[in-house]
Amino acid sequence: MFKFIVRRFLQTIPVVIGVTLLVFSLMHLIPGDPAQIMAGETAPPAQVERMRDRLGLNDPIYVQYGRYMANLLQGDLGQSIRSNRNVLDEIRPRFWITVKLAIYSTILSVFIGLIAGVFSAVRRYGLADTTIMIIALFGLSMPNFWLGLMLIQYFSIELRLLPPSGWGTWQQTILPVITLGTAGAAIIARVTRASMLEVINQDYVRTARAKGLSERLVIYKHALKNAMIPVITVVGLELGALLSGTVLTETVFSINGMGRMVIQAIGSRDFPVVQGVVLIFALMFVMVNFLVDVSYRYFNKRVDYN
Amino acid sequence: MTGLATQNENDPDKAVISTSNWRLVYRKLKKNKTALWGGYLILLLILVAIVGPYLTTHDPVRVDFSNRLQSPSAEFWLGTDHNGRDIFTRLIHGMQITLIVGFSSVLVGAVIGVPLGILAGFYGGALDSVIMRFIDVLLAFPGILLAIALVSVLGGSIGSVIVAVAVFSIPTFARVVRGSTLTIKKLEYIDAVRALGATDLRIIVKHVLPNILSPIIVQSTLRIAIAILVASALSFLGLGAQPPSPEWGRMLSDGRNYMFDYPHVALFPGLAIVVAVLAFNLFGDGLRDALDPKTKK
Repeated sequence: MFKFIVRRFLQTIPVVIGVTLLVFSLMHLIPGDPAQIMAGETAPPAQVERMRDRLGLNDPIYVQYGRYMANLLQGDLGQSIRSNRNVLDEIRPRFWITVKLAIYSTILSVFIGLIAGVFSAVRRYGLADTTIMIIALFGLSMPNFWLGLMLIQYFSIELRLLPPSGWGTWQQTILPVITLGTAGAAIIARVTRASMLEVINQDYVRTARAKGLSERLVIYKHALKNAMIPVITVVGLELGALLSGTVLTETVFSINGMGRMVIQAIGSRDFPVVQGVVLIFALMFVMVNFLVDVSYRYFNKRVDYN
Repeated sequence: MTGLATQNENDPDKAVISTSNWRLVYRKLKKNKTALWGGYLILLLILVAIVGPYLTTHDPVRVDFSNRLQSPSAEFWLGTDHNGRDIFTRLIHGMQITLIVGFSSVLVGAVIGVPLGILAGFYGGALDSVIMRFIDVLLAFPGILLAIALVSVLGGSIGSVIVAVAVFSIPTFARVVRGSTLTIKKLEYIDAVRALGATDLRIIVKHVLPNILSPIIVQSTLRIAIAILVASALSFLGLGAQPPSPEWGRMLSDGRNYMFDYPHVALFPGLAIVVAVLAFNLFGDGLRDALDPKTKK
């Protein structure tokens, strides 16, 4: 197990290097002159030149990347062009908001998804199964930002039950978490159902039944445990969608997390901040994937990543 | 001589197998009611996108403050927005944008992702490692984040949305195709064709590609659903289509400030997105069931 963890960790290194290369290249993908765009369309040439100097755009590209990496290794993500503050300092207070939003939503989607999926599988082709699967299909096809707007419309404007924006109190948590967690719940419900149906038809489940075990025990002890393996894979994949979904959810509910920060930075052409936030998101996701693979290995000893 | 032999011995056989396969798929698809509904819905959406704009009587972009924020009525079926424009007309015109962005971004993603997947799966070794590490890097960006980053530098337009969503689709195609190619490559008849002197290119085009077509088709259909969601999200964030475009996500973000007093402004564009995405999800699900060898009975 320890050897596996080390090997899997080493595999993340080339990916992280690739990620830094891509994030670094973002600034150079801007059509036209990045210095002009960041200084402002109408900025005088002298000011554009200062901006170019500040961004280090006069050096050869490999020198720029080398400097970027050297700074990065010291935890320096550059400076915001608008506030002149260190990008990492700007991110820090917002980081945990986004992480909490993502974690709560994950818990909600796994919880609802598992229950709905198992329930559906046990009552295959029944009314409950059909209803749950139709709801899941809608959950999957709905843009989460629209769901958020509709929830605000109903629960905040009409019923006046929950606040329409902000973050901090438990009331402010409910609507954003439902908004962000719904699509994941739908996908997990579908996968759990399919996986359970496959497992329920296996010989060992029939044996467990033949032994006279109660249906409850058969489902929860024998079937569910083995049906979990594909579910974990999907949860891992869904975490990516959840992490980036915070961008939309935070925008809809005016939550000052990293997601809203990146959109505001794009709006004000503050590319060092955009690069910083995108990098942090990607590093978080690489970490999460590493943890998912390790836990996957724990549940399924046959997995071999070589 | 060898070339002739390959032609005669393999192609007729393959043709027989594939036509009977497609007929089987069609028969199974016909039995799957929900998939059929999805298919019909897609055809309807395409029809509306093509002829709809000619049938609407209102202008999709012209501002008319005298009819600002009207509720749904006989004249304005779904009401009007804050600029007095008929929402129904705008949705019909927006359908074109939605379908063009959905189809073209997935097409571009497939045109890049499929060859990458075939090369990685077919040749293996160092080429496989290089391609798959590149794909891993793309996948390291969670969900739509890479698409957001790309449109942010490319600038807000339908064109950049297509590019961004295409790049977002590349990894899925590459991975699915690589997996299928690995399976096909190990089959005996590929060895047989190779023994007959077929070149790699010929094997890939004539034997590998036709056999991995069904996962590609299923993936494409499901990816269109995702592409529509992502594209509308980008425009909702203000990064994609710009006003006065009747793009559905853009309509939602434009209507946001008015939806508290006039809910119809945000309700209908969202419903339009749900219907379009649902159509492709239903059809894709049905296709997958019909094309999955496990359910072939």
